[in-house]
Amino acid sequence: MTKEEILKAERDETWREQLRKGKKAKERTDLQRVKMHEQDAEVRSHNNKEVNLGLTLEEAMTEAQRCLDCPNPGCISGCPVEINIPKFIKNIERGEILEAAKTLKETSALPAVCGRVCPQEKQCEQQCVYTMKLGKESVAIGYLERFAADYERESGQMSVPAVAPANGIKIAVIGSGPAGLSFAGDMAKKGYDVTVFEALHQIGGVLKYGIPEFRLPNHIVDVEIENLKSMGVQFLTNCIIGKTISYDDLKEEGFQGIFVGSGAGLPRFMDIPGENLIGVMSSNEYLTRVNLMDAANPASDTPVLIGKNVAIIGGGNTAMDSVRTARRLGAERAMIVYRRSEDEMPARIEEVKHAKEEGVEFMTLHNPIEYIGDEKGHVRQMKLQKMALGEPDASGRRSPVEIPGAIETIDVDEVIVSIGVSPNPLVPENIKGLNISRKGTIIVNEDTMSSAIPGVYAGGDIVRGGATVILAMGDGRKAAASMDEYLHQ
Amino acid sequence: MNKIIRKEYFSENVVALEVEAPLIARSRKPGNFIILRVGELGERIPLTIASADKEKGTITLVIQKIGRSSSKLCELNEGDYITDMVGPLGKPTHIEKVGTVICAGGGVGVAPMLPIAEAYKKAGNRVITVLAARSKDLVILEDKMRSFSDEVVVMTDDGSYGKKGLITNGVEEIINREKVDLVVTIGPAVMMKFVSLLTKKYNVPTVASLNTIMVDGTGMCGACRITVGGKTRFVCVDGPEFDAHEVNFDEMLMRLGAYKEEEQLEKNKPTH
Ligand SMILES: Cc1cc2nc3c(=O)[nH]c(=O)nc-3n(C[C@H](O)[C@H](O)[C@H](O)COP(=O)(O)OP(=O)(O)OC[C@H]3O[C@@H](n4cnc5c(N)ncnc54)[C@H](O)[C@@H]3O)c2cc1C
Ligand SMILES: Cc1cc2nc3c(=O)[nH]c(=O)nc-3n(C[C@H](O)[C@H](O)[C@H](O)COP(=O)(O)OP(=O)(O)OC[C@H]3O[C@@H](n4cnc5c(N)ncnc54)[C@H](O)[C@@H]3O)c2cc1C
Ligand code: SF4
Ligand code: FES
Repeated sequence: MTKEEILKAERDETWREQLRKGKKAKERTDLQRVKMHEQDAEVRSHNNKEVNLGLTLEEAMTEAQRCLDCPNPGCISGCPVEINIPKFIKNIERGEILEAAKTLKETSALPAVCGRVCPQEKQCEQQCVYTMKLGKESVAIGYLERFAADYERESGQMSVPAVAPANGIKIAVIGSGPAGLSFAGDMAKKGYDVTVFEALHQIGGVLKYGIPEFRLPNHIVDVEIENLKSMGVQFLTNCIIGKTISYDDLKEEGFQGIFVGSGAGLPRFMDIPGENLIGVMSSNEYLTRVNLMDAANPASDTPVLIGKNVAIIGGGNTAMDSVRTARRLGAERAMIVYRRSEDEMPARIEEVKHAKEEGVEFMTLHNPIEYIGDEKGHVRQMKLQKMALGEPDASGRRSPVEIPGAIETIDVDEVIVSIGVSPNPLVPENIKGLNISRKGTIIVNEDTMSSAIPGVYAGGDIVRGGATVILAMGDGRKAAASMDEYLHQ
Repeated sequence: MNKIIRKEYFSENVVALEVEAPLIARSRKPGNFIILRVGELGERIPLTIASADKEKGTITLVIQKIGRSSSKLCELNEGDYITDMVGPLGKPTHIEKVGTVICAGGGVGVAPMLPIAEAYKKAGNRVITVLAARSKDLVILEDKMRSFSDEVVVMTDDGSYGKKGLITNGVEEIINREKVDLVVTIGPAVMMKFVSLLTKKYNVPTVASLNTIMVDGTGMCGACRITVGGKTRFVCVDGPEFDAHEVNFDEMLMRLGAYKEEEQLEKNKPTH
């Protein structure tokens, strides 16, 4: 059966048909989109607890009624991994939440994570019939995904996937971010002997060192890691492939398949005067200190600078995470400085909204051109060039152009540079024979995720540059399927 | 978790630890360093690998007590475990036979100088070590350095031991006395700056091993960045050794002070 035929057959099941008939479309579309429970903005800007508090069972079941169970669901095509969205939502509508969670897991390895961090408004929710045709707010697909995954976890009935009998084939995974974790899970299910090598002292990649607790609590990621461990996946932290062990060592040790999920961890700077002053740092440094090293905890040995006037340069999720962290660490003035306008910001809309509620200032159409320090070398001021929007560029976004002479100087005592990341060259340099792009990413066959070297696969940010959790996860799963096929030839 | 199998005091504030780390012992080269962490709330600190024993699967670190993290590490004993250790990091020292090499170290730079002096000696160079300290009781590792050097010159600010004067006086005297092919300098940024200015005057190629603040040590954060030859470089992956004449030491000096206040507070916390 083709994918479409499977979807249709599932949609034609009696319970789905009955649910559809149970309520008129008009009754469904008249319902208002559910509101997420959130911590109060003033309270939460002084704590590190998760901002979103989730939906109640009743709210979730009501929201699920809004979904029209469309015959040609746009939402599925908007989802990078094509989760069967109406199926999981209809399961919520009929109260079979564990079934809903199972549906999610057919496609997504980390639904509790994706329900929290996916840019739904640009993916499934953007393609929902409510947005596309009805001019209404889409079904809250992201909230419902999070609800089903959380419900399953909290029910204590989380299913550890069945693992096939061990086949004794050793597989190495480089990096423990979402790409590596989902690859490892699928390979363990198929009976492979999987070892994940991680450079840092913690497992989880960006999910741990980057995305803050208030958006993605560590315990959610830890549950997934524990699950993998119980499926037999082994983890070796503090081990850098290319430094501690080489690719050749892995081959010698008998690893027959290698998956590279080493991410895009290299921070970019702008190369403007004063960028090396004290108090100017990359968002990677800032977030690593706070998230990985727990620097804001007085008991931790790692220091972090606490600024009063903090400027974050950039408009992506990393910038939002940094600026909201700065607020939580006590910044009186926390600013986003972005060279385009708010419409072009790549961050999730929810993060922008939350940041604003938390008192973050948005200085859009401003670009830093110089930092000015005091006699001790601490940053004290920044010069900003004002911008206007010009013609659309290659990315389709209107490109910013300088307004001649419009320069402004403002006081800052901390600046977090958050203008993007590049792939870490460590792995590409160590594995001879890979095809590397000009940007430093590993070039793979998009259908199989296989690299130029047989048996070596790659996915996630090392292939795409800075992208998303769901894409990294999808790559990991795709690579697992094709590596399995390759090894069984 | 890496087990400490031997601890030796080189002096009151300098400790050598031999630690189980078979993978690192196998892959390390002179000039490489590791990053370690003591305790679940410990900071990640960089330390040079002073020596390694592939057969035993151990590496030796020489640690000078400076602040909180180095003190915590020095308090560990044989049989204790180091919470996390990762490496080998950084580019290895470019060792070749050049002729006469001066190893000029002071303060925080003496411990990391050990394996470098050893490697130059083994490569067949004439090694002259210049050690500098404020006064006699702050001179460290003199005997160890002597075993890898053809000559050791000790300089103290107050003349309480060796010769009176700064490290630059010691280095200049040697340059004036004989042909020097390379100077390697490790120590406080001010010291390296003046050594570098001096050798530039005499046109002697000079390498400085930079001990900047680091976090991950893999190029991920940029905490270690420094301007070399007008370009920003990451010491943990592009270094730690650079052409001293190209390094912006004033910037480095400034950046090392980034967490001074915070470190002072940390240091005064009890370590237990
Ligand atoms: C602050 C921040 C916020 C973000 N917010 C969102 C969001 O809201 N939604 C979203 O979809 N995406 C978000 N992203 C992007 C998303 O996190 C990444 O696209 C995703 O994590 C990529 O996954 P990955 O598995 O490819 O790599 P990573 O998560 O980067 O993991 C790679 C791992 O490999 C390790 N590694 C690297 N080299 C080696 C080596 N040589 N040997 C061993 N291990 C190695 C690294 O230490 C790291 O742990 C955010 C990113 C950041 C930084
Ligand atoms: C690549 C590299 C290799 C190193 N190898 C060794 C080694 O083999 N043995 C060893 O003992 N140390 C070595 N160091 C230095 C060591 O990492 C620091 O001494 C240690 O991190 C200090 O931590 P702390 O918490 O004890 O002191 P902190 O509380 O962090 O520092 C106390 C005071 O010392 C100053 N300080 C800290 N580090 C330095 C420095 N590197 N240079 C000048 N002043 C500094 C600080 O500004 C502060 O005022 C190396 C550093 C690097 C980057
Ligand atoms: S497009 Fe919207 S309404 Fe239609 S099935 Fe998907 S979520 Fe439901
Ligand atoms: S220590 Fe983080 S980039 Fe060098």
